[in-house]
Amino acid sequence: MAKLTVNGKEVEVPAGTNLIEAARAAGVEVPHYCYHPGLSIAGQCRLCMVDIEKTPRPTIACNTVAADGMVVNTETDRVRETRKSIMEFHLINHPLDCPVCDQAGECWLQIYYMKHGLYDPRMKDEKVHKPKAVPLGPHVILDAERCILCSRCVRFCDEITATGELGIFERGDHSEIGLFPGRELDNKYSANVVDICPVGALTDRDFRFQVRVWYLDTAKSICPGCARGCNIEVHVNRRRPHHAEGRRVARLKPRFNAEVNKWWICDAGRYGFGFVDAPDRLLTPAQREGGSSTDVTWELGIAAVAGALRRLPPEQLGVIASPKMANEDLFALRRLLDLHGISQAAGRVPTRVPGDEDDFLIRADKNPNSLGAELMGFGGDARTVLEAARARRLKFLWVFGHDLLASALSERDVLEAFRAVETVVFTGSNANWTSAHAHWVLPAAAWAEREGTYTNFEGRVQRFRTAIEPLGQALAEWEIVGRVMASLGQTLSATRAEHLFRQLVEAVPAFAGLSYPLLGDTGSPLAAAGAAGRPGAGAPPSEATSSSC
Amino acid sequence: MSPMNFRQRFYLVEVLAGLGLTAAHFFRNMGRHTARALGRKGTSGAVTIQYPEERRPYSPRLRSLHRLVRREDGSPRCVACMMCETVCPAHCIYIVADEHPNPEIEKVPRRFDIDLGKCVFCGYCVEACPEDAIRMDTGILEFSSYSRGGMIYTKEMLLSLEPADVSGRPRSPIPLPADRRA
Repeated sequence: MAKLTVNGKEVEVPAGTNLIEAARAAGVEVPHYCYHPGLSIAGQCRLCMVDIEKTPRPTIACNTVAADGMVVNTETDRVRETRKSIMEFHLINHPLDCPVCDQAGECWLQIYYMKHGLYDPRMKDEKVHKPKAVPLGPHVILDAERCILCSRCVRFCDEITATGELGIFERGDHSEIGLFPGRELDNKYSANVVDICPVGALTDRDFRFQVRVWYLDTAKSICPGCARGCNIEVHVNRRRPHHAEGRRVARLKPRFNAEVNKWWICDAGRYGFGFVDAPDRLLTPAQREGGSSTDVTWELGIAAVAGALRRLPPEQLGVIASPKMANEDLFALRRLLDLHGISQAAGRVPTRVPGDEDDFLIRADKNPNSLGAELMGFGGDARTVLEAARARRLKFLWVFGHDLLASALSERDVLEAFRAVETVVFTGSNANWTSAHAHWVLPAAAWAEREGTYTNFEGRVQRFRTAIEPLGQALAEWEIVGRVMASLGQTLSATRAEHLFRQLVEAVPAFAGLSYPLLGDTGSPLAAAGAAGRPGAGAPPSEATSSSC
Repeated sequence: MSPMNFRQRFYLVEVLAGLGLTAAHFFRNMGRHTARALGRKGTSGAVTIQYPEERRPYSPRLRSLHRLVRREDGSPRCVACMMCETVCPAHCIYIVADEHPNPEIEKVPRRFDIDLGKCVFCGYCVEACPEDAIRMDTGILEFSSYSRGGMIYTKEMLLSLEPADVSGRPRSPIPLPADRRA
């Protein structure tokens, strides 16, 4: 530990901490461009100058290790003057095209100019011109004129992905970021360079010109793309619906969580939000009779499910839940099944091709809540339920989310099972083959349209929050289950997802002690992560989760 | 307000007083106009402008119908930066940006609609524009429509307009709203 004074305030920091982090511990922000806590130190931008007592001139904070008895001052006249000059230096060749730059509004050149610059420009010569709008790869586009050569992107590709596509070429004020010959910035984490780029040099091709950033609202969320459960922010455009052709979710950005994803997310997760505003979203409950489908009211759709539950003996009812559902949905469904003594329940549908995986973030299991489903007794294989259906032991089948025909199940078996069942109900957010063959379709809200929790493969329970209103008449799955229970004269006694989570914590031992306030923004591990779940659930652990726990 | 006295409540006296005032103005104006017609200078009667054949001169600062300024090749000067859309207090500007074929020009509006049914003619869009691409100097004040949709002026309509002449007279015909075109 090192004890030092920053701006008159004493702080104690672990040995080896640099002065930017030490100042942060003292509540002081030192402006910087090239320093990033997840990358090596470059000392390139020279903006993080601070005064250290008994040193002759300002020193960069990023590459100075805090030492015992150090007296650091970040706001002396000398430091302010230095910062101002360095800002002027960074902006000498900057094109100042803020109005057409996608970064405007979240640009650290703008922020620091207003905070630490505010000089009158003295640059009278023609600025150095460099290539503009150069695609570097499938997701990233470069404007070399805007670049301040902080080298964060170069270090990211060298140190985090170890792919080394980017480099700094030429010398002096002709230096520019570029690709090595024959390379393309197409690694699985490439778009993170857009997040760490402090200026508008690297921008997102998917987001380019879609919405100005000041129109966006944000919600803290969890990536639903795989079992890792990376912490993200969902950026939605509610104020200008004519932008981005009416798509409400504009982009996903990683959110720091030291325990899960640090500062990063993969490209597959980042661009995996398209389904929320896709044209195939299910908007109203519908009934299919013969070959045609008609929109019906929620009352009718709910009555179809409730009627089957009332009429049929429990052994003729089957449910295929989804590990894409939140813990709250699965718990509500579990309560319904337990009340009726339904035992034909599964959650896992084998995928046709195994998902890709690496040793960084990406998991082969592409479901965000496989462990939660397993703990709630939905870890079983859907094949057992479908076999029961094929053997004409089921009269009612409720499928959540899955597209059974896009799975590894044989098409013939699924079709046969569907023909053998009297009533097939589908609940999900988007249309697929299963919804097209179901007798009843009950539309579910997408993950960004409701709140809940996911349990990741390490047994970390994390909250995702509502970013936008559900499209059409869609409802969260737990609300649908609640309506079914209400029409059967039972009560779910929950009007918010949090109420269900409280009940879940009471009922499922693995979740003991958790609560929404405790989960906070970054989640909390299960009491006994990966331990045996609900007594009597009796489901075999799924491959994806058992291999990792 | 104090209660009316008897004279006011009697009605007829006040009506006659009112008619007297009108008649006094009428005869004074008639006298002045006649005197003017007979060549006497320095007197002026009340003036009626025979609108729309006659128009008052407009101030050069008048904020009239918007127009989009063109580049030399006829394409819009607008770079779809959304500054006007952002500053607009009535939220009546709808811009959709597109990639410009020339990499030197970052953006170009694919769509630029102004809903004049919502516009409050504050002129903030003109102030905010970094490219001087939108102006309110057409001198056109008369635009109307049978429907709300007809009040939406598209990029093409706004691009076709010319600035008013020095006396403030519009040089472009009033654009025909969408709901009145065949």
